[in-house]
Amino acid sequence: MLTIYINNTEVQAEEGWTILDAAQFYGLAIPTLCHNPGLSNYGGCRLCLVEIGEGKYTKLVSSCTYPIGEGLVVHTDTKRVLEARRMMIELMLSTAPGSKVIQDLASLYGVKQMRFKIRNEECIYCGLCVRMCEEQMDAKAIGFQNRGFKRKISTPFDERSYECRLCGACMYICPACALRCQGPDADTAVCNACLNLDPTCVEVYDELQCWMYDAGQCGTCVKKPSDAK
Amino acid sequence: MHQIKSPQELREAAAEQKRQREAQQKAVLTVSAGTCGQARGSLDVIESLRKIVKEQSLEDRVEVKLTGCHGFCEAEPNIIIQPQNIFYQHVKPNDAAQIIEDTILNNQIIEKLLYKEPTSGKEAIKEEDISFYTKQNRLVLGDNALIEPTQLNEYFSIGGYLALAQVLEDMEPEEVITSILDAGLRGRGGAGFPTGRKWKLTRTVEADKKYIICNADEGDPGAYMDRSLMEGNPHRVLEGMIIGGYAIGADEGFVYIRDEYPLALKHITRAIEQAEEAGVLGENILGSSFSFKVNIVKGAGAFVCGEETALMRSIEGKVGEPRQRPPFPAVSGLWKRPTNINNVETWANVPLIILRGAQWYSEIGTEGSKGTKIFSLVGKINNTGLVEVPMGITLREIIYDIGGGIPGGKQFKAVQTGGPSGGCLPAEKLDLPIDYESLTQAGSIMGSGGMIVMDEDTCMVDVSKYFLNFLRDESCGKCLSCREGTQRMWEVVSDICDGNGKESDIQLLEELAVAVKDASMCGLGQTAANPVLSTLRYFREEYDAPIKDQRCPAGVCKALISYSIVAENCTGCMACLKACPEGAITGVLKEVHVLNQEKCIKCGACFEVCKFDAIKIE
Amino acid sequence: MNVELDKVKSFVDKHACDPSALIAILQDIQAEYNYLPRRALLVLSQMIKTSMVDIIGVATFYSAFSLEPRGEHTATVCMGTACHVRGGPKILEEFERNLGIESGHTTEDKQFSLETVACLGCCAIGPVVVVDGDYHAQVSIRKVEPILRKYQTKEKKDDAPN
Repeated sequence: MLTIYINNTEVQAEEGWTILDAAQFYGLAIPTLCHNPGLSNYGGCRLCLVEIGEGKYTKLVSSCTYPIGEGLVVHTDTKRVLEARRMMIELMLSTAPGSKVIQDLASLYGVKQMRFKIRNEECIYCGLCVRMCEEQMDAKAIGFQNRGFKRKISTPFDERSYECRLCGACMYICPACALRCQGPDADTAVCNACLNLDPTCVEVYDELQCWMYDAGQCGTCVKKPSDAK
Repeated sequence: MHQIKSPQELREAAAEQKRQREAQQKAVLTVSAGTCGQARGSLDVIESLRKIVKEQSLEDRVEVKLTGCHGFCEAEPNIIIQPQNIFYQHVKPNDAAQIIEDTILNNQIIEKLLYKEPTSGKEAIKEEDISFYTKQNRLVLGDNALIEPTQLNEYFSIGGYLALAQVLEDMEPEEVITSILDAGLRGRGGAGFPTGRKWKLTRTVEADKKYIICNADEGDPGAYMDRSLMEGNPHRVLEGMIIGGYAIGADEGFVYIRDEYPLALKHITRAIEQAEEAGVLGENILGSSFSFKVNIVKGAGAFVCGEETALMRSIEGKVGEPRQRPPFPAVSGLWKRPTNINNVETWANVPLIILRGAQWYSEIGTEGSKGTKIFSLVGKINNTGLVEVPMGITLREIIYDIGGGIPGGKQFKAVQTGGPSGGCLPAEKLDLPIDYESLTQAGSIMGSGGMIVMDEDTCMVDVSKYFLNFLRDESCGKCLSCREGTQRMWEVVSDICDGNGKESDIQLLEELAVAVKDASMCGLGQTAANPVLSTLRYFREEYDAPIKDQRCPAGVCKALISYSIVAENCTGCMACLKACPEGAITGVLKEVHVLNQEKCIKCGACFEVCKFDAIKIE
Repeated sequence: MNVELDKVKSFVDKHACDPSALIAILQDIQAEYNYLPRRALLVLSQMIKTSMVDIIGVATFYSAFSLEPRGEHTATVCMGTACHVRGGPKILEEFERNLGIESGHTTEDKQFSLETVACLGCCAIGPVVVVDGDYHAQVSIRKVEPILRKYQTKEKKDDAPN
């Protein structure tokens, strides 16, 4: 057991935990986006920032990737943390203003303006889909390409990959909707299921039965079973 | 070369080489032939010198030596003639005959090849007379001019590998570390972490295998001292690494070298082969129980791989994305083994400290920053080149005394230090004594030592845009703050340069810059805002001009300037007319030309060719 | 481009099918074909048992690699800070105008590829342009065309007898 200090409270934490693990264990809310308990930690969205250290030498780190050590001093909601967090949300919002998840975050943290040029993209490169595909679905059909502002998520050569089993897990986990199926007409969609192969859903399910939780919206069941063959 | 089996044997071999060097009766012509020198034709100079020596059968009187960069890049290709130490600059192949005839055979100085001081116009005959060299203390770089980098014997002749012999014979690994600690050597690659502390950390971790890495991925635009060291004195870097391996308990090392440095790659590769052949590298070095091997890994063009965790991932064959520290490389680095990583210049300092002692070394420099640092003094400066100076020297001394000031009688505006992670310092900071702390306090960093001088014709908003453009491409793209932050800052600054800036943009930039600095994980992101923050801090008025008055005072930002012809100065020579790619300039010979603004694409071709100051930029 | 499988295999064998040598192998392939042909990558993926996603990730992350065939000659304009303050961007523009392509692309006749590099470390002699490994120092707008012509005519001369 290690002793750490979160928001001036001395707590015990287990070796191997991240700051986020410890905070969540004690019921402290730290916002996350690219973090998912079923996937490896990534630290890309920078929402879960916390301030560590004391006195002059404090710094912000992503709590989901930072391992705790004996005597670590953590503050989860300082002014510096909140300001950085708000800026992160504003950056995300300007990139993908259509995402419900990001809109909710903006409202929660009082981000009321988008001072950057609105881009209406549908991906914030949080990498959830990439990790989902590799770690949970054991497929590794999609991955990051390029670097910097040219970064994108796609299949090799941007075409349907033989590793893709059309499971739809990437679409399920996406917070910004880029990988949601764009229907049978899209030629940029990751799986291209409805273009190239038989649709995964041959019947139209209702809300409860649809494993995507968005009956009819994902597009795979737009095609009639009779068109499938 | 036969295998050297003991430190004693090495000492004898080195002494013999030294004796031979000192007994040298020939006149020695050392021609600087690093990449810059070669680009300026030094190889042709060497060829024609050798040809003449051969034709006149002077082989027993004259030796032509091909060395690495001498540091004085402005004067390339240059020749130093020993024993008189005569310095000739801008030598051309057809000067060769005269050099041999006049200087070597008749002991006469050739005036047209002498260096003239840019300020006083005084001629300098010897290297030590040149103001560029007088304030320098070339402990690390100086050897470049003495030896042929591709010959191990040459390195022996100046005491090469003697530090290694001493370490293997008389010193415990802990003593080596103590020596480096006492010397106060700090990493020369950027952050300036104490080298000895890093070594100690790596040594104390228990592991079945440890690694050493030489970071030769010199990515900062405007810095090239590491390239020069690798090209001109690769064995010294190697010797430092072997000593480091011994101290830390590592038996394998990697040199991660930039893809863009073909000559450096060639020389370090050859150095490793030679060192193995001679028994100073490989199994049972100098007959001891210590074994060490060195591999070379070529980078593939990614600035972020200069960051240590990204570099290690790159060696592992992966995408160069930095990772969270802790765990630090000293605990879990390359293939999860304890790894010590230092840059080229740091390694090159190690043999020096061992040979001359920690005490001696720690007397050079300032309280917190010891030794010398190599800076690459480039940009709008008279004496461009690599300068090695003791820490604590002021910017003014470097720029005016060593660098000879700004060319063309222009006004100094700023000096950019530390590459894309650094900042721009204005004239009022010229008397700042340079060390790690003072530069950080001033809003810049030491970085790897790039020092780019800017004059009144440089637009600071444009410079800030330049670095943001660099960073938005070189960011690995993992952290939102860095990927989106640099992109958005670039967008805002671009808008300002295009005359579309708003007054609120400045505050937005400031807020965003602080957030990027705070929220990013690795060094690249944490310092990515420095160019913006430092230009905002010192050159705020340059941001105001395009926002409030729609003008670029330096005449750089295309959207805000126009070219026009000054009728009084135009002689009607038709040079600009011929140079204009768009046919925007019309006129006849000996009559004032006319520039059609609608056709003008502001490429600057007319400005470049006009000899009469008749093209005006507003 | 005709990709010889044996050649690709020999590159991989040189590194004993070691996945951690991925970058080195890609460098060999790039040096041989001047780009990374898809077939070569597929062979590589099977031989070193690394998924295509990882290979493409690496190939697109590092700027030394290209998935598109490059031109006969490569002109690389240095975009380092020292070259920048000495007018590097204007030189790049002149190359772009002269070749009719943007940097990062290849002319239609596959003669020239135009690239930029962050810094060549030859800051004293900027602006610097490297064409096929030859360094050109202190390039001005006027020197751009002669530089290009030098390489172009060589090509034409070679073509002439055919």
